[in-house]
Amino acid sequence: MLLAKIVGTVVATRKDPRLVSNKLLVVRPIDPRGKAEGGYLVALDTVDAGVGETVLVVSGSSARMASGMKDVPVDAAIVGIVDTIEVAD
Amino acid sequence: MQLARVIGDVVVTRKDESLTGITLLLVQPLTPDRQPAGRPLVAADAAGAGIGEEVFFVRGKEASFPFYPVEPPIDAGIVGIVDRWDLSDADR
Repeated sequence: MLLAKIVGTVVATRKDPRLVSNKLLVVRPIDPRGKAEGGYLVALDTVDAGVGETVLVVSGSSARMASGMKDVPVDAAIVGIVDTIEVAD
Repeated sequence: MQLARVIGDVVVTRKDESLTGITLLLVQPLTPDRQPAGRPLVAADAAGAGIGEEVFFVRGKEASFPFYPVEPPIDAGIVGIVDRWDLSDADR
C-alpha cells in the first residue's frame, strides 16, 4: 500500500454508474517522512477522508476488496487514515 | 515476491473494517546485496515480522490470501521472514 496525502477533490458528473455516490480524491504519494514524491492519482474514498490528511491507498484489483467496492471499476482506493508513521533509524 | 527489510510501522485507526487486527509495516525493498531498491511501501504482516527483520513480501491481490476467508483490501503482504539468502558469486 502507498502512503499518500490528499491534495484535492474530483467532481465528475458523467461516469460509470457504479461510481455514483463514491467520493473521488486527488492524492499524492509521500515517503515515510512525509515528503511528496512522484505523480498524482485519483483514488476512491471509502473511509471519509478529507483534504490534507495522510492516508493509506491500495492499488490494483485489491482496491475492489475495500468495503462497498465490489465490481466497481476502480484501481486505487483509500482504505485508512494514518495516525502515525514510525520509522526505525 | 521481493526481498525487503522492515523499517517501521504505521498506525491507522480509522480504516476499512476488514483491516482490523492486521499489522501494517513499512518495508524497504532490497537488492540481494542489501541496498535499497525503490521506495518504501506499507505491507500487511502475515508472518509475525518485526522492525529490522529481513522478509519477503508478495504484491497484488494475493497479499490478502493469508487472511482468508476475510478478504482485506491490501496489495502488499509479508509472507515470510528470511533466515538467510545466498547468491552464487557469478550472479552478484
